[in-house]
Amino acid sequence: MTKLSVEHLLGIKYLQKEDIELIFQTADHFKNVINRPIKKVPSLRDITIANLFFENSTRTKLSFELAEKRLSADTINFASSSSSVTKGETLIDTVNNILSMKVDMVVMRHPNPGAAYFLSQHVDAKIVNAGDGAHEHPTQALLDGYSIREKHGDLKGKKVVIVGDVLHSRVALSNIFLLQKMGAIVKVCGPLTLIPKYISSLGVEVIPNLKEALNWCDVAMMLRIQLERQDTKFFPSLREYSMQYGLDKALLDSLDKEITVMHPGPINRGVEITSDVADSKQSIILNQVENGVAIRMAVLYLLAGRIE
Amino acid sequence: MEKSNRVILDAKQFDLTIKRLAHQLIENHNDFTDTVILGMQPRGLFLANRIQAELLAINKKYKVQVGSLDTTFYRDDYRRQDNPLIPNKTHVDFIIEDKKVVLIDDVLFTGRSVRAGLDAMLAFGRPSKVELLVLINRRYERDLPIQAKYIGKNVHSVTSERVKVTWASKDGEDKVILYTPAND
Repeated sequence: MTKLSVEHLLGIKYLQKEDIELIFQTADHFKNVINRPIKKVPSLRDITIANLFFENSTRTKLSFELAEKRLSADTINFASSSSSVTKGETLIDTVNNILSMKVDMVVMRHPNPGAAYFLSQHVDAKIVNAGDGAHEHPTQALLDGYSIREKHGDLKGKKVVIVGDVLHSRVALSNIFLLQKMGAIVKVCGPLTLIPKYISSLGVEVIPNLKEALNWCDVAMMLRIQLERQDTKFFPSLREYSMQYGLDKALLDSLDKEITVMHPGPINRGVEITSDVADSKQSIILNQVENGVAIRMAVLYLLAGRIE
Repeated sequence: MEKSNRVILDAKQFDLTIKRLAHQLIENHNDFTDTVILGMQPRGLFLANRIQAELLAINKKYKVQVGSLDTTFYRDDYRRQDNPLIPNKTHVDFIIEDKKVVLIDDVLFTGRSVRAGLDAMLAFGRPSKVELLVLINRRYERDLPIQAKYIGKNVHSVTSERVKVTWASKDGEDKVILYTPAND
């Protein structure tokens, strides 16, 4: 397989197993590139990429920007808070205006699920979804899968538990799709109010007890409690959540085996994970961030290859 | 598939040619303390490894480091082909700053791969000098002003012809053939 089966990266749902493998293999080469004295290659020097962030982001935005710059693409940035969107411009109008400045690819984060798909139907540019509401966050799942592969050699047969706010998490959904496609076994753990009602239709089992879940798994993916997405109370208090579902060093040390701890960031230290766990040698949180740049370079490189 | 093919170098000539190239390198590089070899992926690396082995066979003191250089991300024909270009491994575990670099490829044709190779190489430092060594030099076919310093054999060919180098370590036989692809 030498090219992706898709025109855009809208979600992991649309990818084949072979696409994911191709992205991982290409990322291996880019990881090599970004560890050289000169971290830049000229592959995308004739490409312009617009980063449209209709929702706040630190690491995803920086990671995409860095990936674009290391590929020598020209970039323009846009944040909705300082733009005409606040004057009532529609999404298609905003994007078409940007595209008429001769932009080849769009990286977009948007609060509405399906925004990236919608855009791909209406505009003539390659779209990379950088998170659409509580739907998908494909590059995060790719970098998570890549980090597990790096640590454990292969994803096939690995047991991964996703802990916490699965209901509001695009990271969880994308990871469930990706890990299952690559042959891993996924279960979720968390307060039942934060587990989607139809999770079993994805073939995912729920383990309500954290210790039981951790004893089962090879890798624990701790999710952030998304306070900004919770209009109603899903649990009585952060303190109670943290007591039931927070991962601390004592719990980690009490397990039968050494598990790998991941977190997509940003961390609420002391809520879903304590500082000593986040900074322990079992945590691969910072590797995830490093791999994010390599994965995004691979995605942009492979999609740019499909520009006519 | 191949309409006509002509052997340019058979196994014996092939071996002699590599020996001669190794001796020419010795002439210019003394004991190789400041010299490194970069083999261009994929097939220049076979030649680089053979030259390295040949140098050691001549005298154990001719120890030279070999790296593999992939030029995919530096090519100028990316997106001008149907599929994205899939890279090979680059493995250079030394710094080429102030070193004499011998860049090695199997066939010099348009010069575009070498141009990309020069760019790729610069990511590892600023060499004091760069020389190009090729097994086959297809004359009169250059798109760019690039010339090899060490040449195994010069070949006069037309653009529609192809040169194929096979290696004992990979393909079972050391041989160079010139052929015309059937569908041209």
